[in-house]
Amino acid sequence: MATGAAQAEAAPAASAATATQIEEGRQLYLEGCSSCHGLNAEGVSAADKENSNGPGLIGVGAAAVDFQVGTGRMPLAAPGPQAPAGPKYGELPYDQEQINAMAAYVASLGPGPAIPTAEMLDYEDADLAQGGELFRANCSQCHNFAGKGGALTNGKYAPPVVNSEPVHIYEAMLTGPQSMPVFGERTILPEQKQAIIKFIKTTAEEPNPGGLALGRIGPVAEGIVVWIVGLGALAAVAVWIGVKSK
Amino acid sequence: MSTDSKDLATTDGGAHGSVDIPHKPRRADTDIKAARRAERQVSALFLISALSTIGFVVAYVAFPSDEIITVPVIGPTNASNFFLGLALGVALFCIGAGAIHWAKKLMPDVEEVGARTPIGATPDETAAAAELFEEGADASGFVSRPIIRRSLLTALVLLPIPAVVLLRDLGPLPGTKLRETIWADGVRVVSDVSYLPIRLSDIPVGGMVSAVPENLPEVEEETGTLNARAKAAVIVVRMLPSEIRSQQNDDWSVDGVIAYSKICTHVGCPIGLYEQQTHHLLCPCHQSTFDLADSGNVVFGPAARQLPQLAIAVDEDGYLVARGDFAEPVGPSFWERG
Amino acid sequence: MSIATKAGGGAAKYLDERTSSNKFLKKNLGKIFPDHWSFMLGEIALYSFIVLLLSGSFLALFFKPSMTEVIYNGSYVPLNGIKMSEAYASSLDISFDVRGGLLMRQIHHWAALIFVASIMVHLLRVFFTGAFRKPRELNWLIGVVLLTMALLAGFSGYSLPDDLLSGTGLRIAEGVMLSIPVVGTYLSMFVFGGEFPGIDFIPRLYTVHVLFIPGAILGLVTVHLMLVWYQKHTQYPGPGRTNDNVVGFRLFPIYTAKAGGFFFIVFGVIALLGALATVNPIWLYGPYMPDQITAGSQPDFYIGFLEGSLRMTPPIEWTILGYTISWNVLIPGLILPGLMFTAMGAYPFLEKWITKDDSVHNLLDRPRNAATRTSLGVMALTFYGILFIGGGNDVIATTFSLSINAITRVLQVLIIIGPPVAFLISRRICLGLQRRDREKLLHGRESGIIRRTPEGEFYEVHAPLSAEEKAVLMSRQVIEPLAIPVAADENGVRNPGGRTERLRARLSRFYYGEQIPMPTAAEIAAADEHLAHDSDHTLEPARTTEVAEGEVSEFGQIMQSEALPRDRTPTGS
Repeated sequence: MATGAAQAEAAPAASAATATQIEEGRQLYLEGCSSCHGLNAEGVSAADKENSNGPGLIGVGAAAVDFQVGTGRMPLAAPGPQAPAGPKYGELPYDQEQINAMAAYVASLGPGPAIPTAEMLDYEDADLAQGGELFRANCSQCHNFAGKGGALTNGKYAPPVVNSEPVHIYEAMLTGPQSMPVFGERTILPEQKQAIIKFIKTTAEEPNPGGLALGRIGPVAEGIVVWIVGLGALAAVAVWIGVKSK
Repeated sequence: MSTDSKDLATTDGGAHGSVDIPHKPRRADTDIKAARRAERQVSALFLISALSTIGFVVAYVAFPSDEIITVPVIGPTNASNFFLGLALGVALFCIGAGAIHWAKKLMPDVEEVGARTPIGATPDETAAAAELFEEGADASGFVSRPIIRRSLLTALVLLPIPAVVLLRDLGPLPGTKLRETIWADGVRVVSDVSYLPIRLSDIPVGGMVSAVPENLPEVEEETGTLNARAKAAVIVVRMLPSEIRSQQNDDWSVDGVIAYSKICTHVGCPIGLYEQQTHHLLCPCHQSTFDLADSGNVVFGPAARQLPQLAIAVDEDGYLVARGDFAEPVGPSFWERG
Repeated sequence: MSIATKAGGGAAKYLDERTSSNKFLKKNLGKIFPDHWSFMLGEIALYSFIVLLLSGSFLALFFKPSMTEVIYNGSYVPLNGIKMSEAYASSLDISFDVRGGLLMRQIHHWAALIFVASIMVHLLRVFFTGAFRKPRELNWLIGVVLLTMALLAGFSGYSLPDDLLSGTGLRIAEGVMLSIPVVGTYLSMFVFGGEFPGIDFIPRLYTVHVLFIPGAILGLVTVHLMLVWYQKHTQYPGPGRTNDNVVGFRLFPIYTAKAGGFFFIVFGVIALLGALATVNPIWLYGPYMPDQITAGSQPDFYIGFLEGSLRMTPPIEWTILGYTISWNVLIPGLILPGLMFTAMGAYPFLEKWITKDDSVHNLLDRPRNAATRTSLGVMALTFYGILFIGGGNDVIATTFSLSINAITRVLQVLIIIGPPVAFLISRRICLGLQRRDREKLLHGRESGIIRRTPEGEFYEVHAPLSAEEKAVLMSRQVIEPLAIPVAADENGVRNPGGRTERLRARLSRFYYGEQIPMPTAAEIAAADEHLAHDSDHTLEPARTTEVAEGEVSEFGQIMQSEALPRDRTPTGS
């Protein structure tokens, strides 16, 4: 089953993929991806016990590859409910050139969303306030009001987005990775996606006028601070008051 | 002040003696240098407080409300809030610390004993009070004149009623309000925030749209409230038609595009955590989970009712429209729901 | 006489001639207050309430309690041009366009959190030391009501800015209201002036938060303090402390300085929190929209236990003849808190009934000496704690990479087995501590010094207890449980109060069943003698208060500081 937006338009590619690039991508694919995604990217079903299962990639588009491999979610580090962004330590296993090659290969298998162009990613003139409204209407329920992430069912989670690259944010909305739904270009228009990205980036850099941010996860952190720091300090002072002086 | 037990009036709780434990003197009690040092420490604290208060005024004047400074550990923060708060905090803290240090070091620390007189009137006093009460009760005739008593009680019992009755106009009666939303046959489904209509082909498989009725902006303008939105918000998702195991009515979806109420049936939070692969919709408030591929039935969590499904179709221009209002009340359950 | 004293005396006389105030001063300036740090927890609550009143008054001058829709046009750029209520817009103005506004908002919110937290800790201290016993039962009841008022004050307060997070909380409150059988929908319509969210609720909540609740709290706190003043504060057992005296320091000047100073400390700590740590960043949450929500939606910590109970209750709903009873909402939202607060309020009377204890108690219990009461408290805390943790299960899930479903299931099991297990463990710990105290009385304090006799035997030297420690350990009373009354006397006449009396006796047995016996006076006398003659070298008692100049113990410890000159006599006042 395709995880991508099989019916999304294939936006015009930034640069035409060459045959060598596609072949290079195919080689990288066979080495690093085919064991789970199939020799022809047709997918491996869970019934096939010999190999781990992975969905087919025909029609997921270059954008999906750029996102998954570019954020280190793929190759999947370990089986589990979540494909976390990686790597935890060290560098990504593939550099951008290799990622582009693999993306070109997958794009050649079937039409799918392309990697966003620089123009599509230019959010300078986007409407920040509308970006906030769109974020709160579509994104904050999973990713939290400040993009810090949140829990999903059964061990899955929506990761923090504050420090993500604009291109990856765009691609995530476009391709709907893993549990995330797809936000097509006609329900959230490109300029709206730019507004959302502008909002996320602005929020990331926003100062905390009240002092320490405490994680921007809401009242849980505030409660911890009140009990440990607030009451702790005051109880300590109370003990100081009561203790006999030398 | 001397520390021996003065015979102050031995009134209740007042000091009238010291405890029978040898007292260990503090340094400042016996050493004049230590006492002077303690004095200086206390005064220093009070002076720091005074300076801090002046600092507060300076900070108030010096920093406009929007200036940002970078503080170690905290990062970029509002300069005015930081300095005003610091100055105020230090000023207050130092007065307190000074006063406490003063008490601990220089004021007497010999424990004194006060008496606790038993609480309660003496039997004589109680008897006198009882007698006064009885005389008064007899004089009033409350007991001996039953018609006065009964009519008074009747009047008093009725008196709180106006207070309750006056509350009637706090709000309208429920009527059918909770059973209706502004969805109706032919009302287009539009994206939230942008209010753009949605074509079937706009939603990819695995896609989700937060949607509202197209007439919502008008209704909000007219009523000046968010009440319509609070009931009409829906979530439209698309899955492969083969993935829909069941729905509340077979012709309520179009080609895998299916619409459900966004308002949780537990206590009313808007749900929006759609997991594309499992088709589960998770409410972040109390983790009620609904399976949108299975009639919106509850699969986990405290919600007891399925999510109401909105019947949708495609109009002649190809846009998604509702086919009528919800078939059941949206949101939390209530007594008369049925 | 100085001018100040003259003027002060003049003012006092002026007032006295009109109010008899000098009588009051004579009686109370020397009033004794016991001095223990745990008695200051209630003070934290009082002082933070004053901070709330002061900071709240400031905020009330700028806040607009109105749900009228406006378009924001202030300093906070990411919200410019957005529609929001006036309440939210004015809260943004306070935060960004009024100097000191954000500080006051944060002071107010931190003070509210500290207010509730300190009430809780104060409640626990009062409970575990048995300070609620006669004559203080009424004060306990007032305290429970004050706690309820504090929770309502906090909830209503943080809902006023009409931001996304607190608005979600209001929606949940409305959902709970709707679940009430028969009158739920009517109540909801009347409270909100129609459907949710309407336009009446914030202004009404404002009146509740600014007028009704603070008024009630002020009145109740006044009665609460007057009772403490009149009945005099309880004290811990110790040397010289009896049920009929108060040992401590005078009101003037010592207690005034310490308590007054503590007020400034509390205010100062709250102000520093306001300067250094963000609380309730409403600008990040955005204005309330009933179709928007954030992940990690939690109320402030003191409502967390209700949030947890809502998350953990199974989906039980009955539909009978067209009417719906939503137990899944009623139980966690109303029935459970109702039972918890009722149990809290009723406890002193329950304990009194079980123990038949009608005597006045001015001496506190050490928690270990009231093993069953302490364990019941631990059990209640465990129950509350599990609910509390449940309220943050999604934050726990993301922080520790767990499944929220698994956490919920585990907590649902824990809430049943946890409290009884906690009760049993706590009771055993208390009894163990009682046993150790008895050992201390009979065998002295373990000194950690091992001695070898000429015959080759090793043993640990025990030091005698200090006077203070002994007084504290001796304060425990062993109380016999009530005798189980006979069901009928020898003539077969049934005991009229039989059933309840038997229940009472059985509960009394549960309450006092297991206690470690206190050593008798003879045993203690023998123990003291034994310790004194233990060996040639008796150790000095620990924590000695008798200090001889220049005395050196056998272990080379200087018993008095070298720094203090030994031949100086005290000078000065």
